[in-house]
Amino acid sequence: MNARAAQPASPSSANVGIVIVSHSPLVAKGAADMVRQMVGDCVPLAWTGGNAEGGLGTHVAGIAAAIEAAWSEAGVAVFVDLGGAETNSEMAVERLDPARAARVAICNAPLVEGAVVAAAEASGGSSLAKVVATAEELAP
Amino acid sequence: MHLDATDLAALIGLCRAEIDRHGEHLSALDSAIGDGDHGANMRRGLEAVFAERDAIAALPLPAALERIGLVLVMNIGGAAGPLYGTLLMELGRGLGIADTPEAFAATLEHAIAAVARRGRSGPGDKTLLDVLYPVQAEVVRRSAPGRIAACARSAAHSTEAMQARRGRASFLGPRSIGHEDPGASSCALLTAAICGYFEEHRPS
Ligand SMILES: [Mg+2]
Repeated sequence: MNARAAQPASPSSANVGIVIVSHSPLVAKGAADMVRQMVGDCVPLAWTGGNAEGGLGTHVAGIAAAIEAAWSEAGVAVFVDLGGAETNSEMAVERLDPARAARVAICNAPLVEGAVVAAAEASGGSSLAKVVATAEELAP
Repeated sequence: MHLDATDLAALIGLCRAEIDRHGEHLSALDSAIGDGDHGANMRRGLEAVFAERDAIAALPLPAALERIGLVLVMNIGGAAGPLYGTLLMELGRGLGIADTPEAFAATLEHAIAAVARRGRSGPGDKTLLDVLYPVQAEVVRRSAPGRIAACARSAAHSTEAMQARRGRASFLGPRSIGHEDPGASSCALLTAAICGYFEEHRPS
């Protein structure tokens, strides 16, 4: 298992969802655990890590499934680690229908800190734009 | 370009065999300056295309190229998946519009520009673009396939002297100099394999 919804969000959640994409399933799951510790289950959250064969890497189908699992009508903020995680996430977003794709943002922020800060912001009901802006303040 | 289903299936087989043959070498190149998975990733991508070659070859060329691009994106993973996938998908989309040598050259240029945007890279960054740009220039000149293949090989070799500015190799700074870029290398192998087929069969 190298991808899953970290925990089902409460169905009534209108908060922005968070997706964590790492080359390593251990890193992705660990970051998701830290997010969960911070915000409980009031933010939709999913992680994916590793390639299709379970090795280190990223893959589009896994990322698409994570976005689906963390879907919120308020939008989804995606956090990525190295290069391929970002470009593969872009490909996953472009394959969504355009109305949904417009509500997914790939954040230019550190994976762990960005996801935790974004989730804290999202848990207060902030918009996707605000969640992304708060996380991107951490970018070097 | 007038490729029929037989040509397309043969080209897919050739590309898959070429990557399979050089998989270890591509991974060794990637180990020197990256994470060592380029051969395995490319093999996975080409195997997936090969597995559905009959269905792909039965499609009109533009749709076939788009499908190949999508299969590569979904299966290569790593940084190369989105780059090769974007190249093929954009080629397919562009070729649907017109079907002349000029249109092919223009479509190739457009598709390479899309790869550059996807990778946020340009010439001299030590990526597969350093093969694609010179290949495109030869296509514009309507060079013979053998000449295009030779150009691709020497372009890949020339990445050895470059310092990487994209991807993990860029973390090495000047230590990335002295190693051929694995993406450039796989791109040259595929270009040469395709050109070899055109030289032998001249489908157009
Ligand atoms: Mg690699």
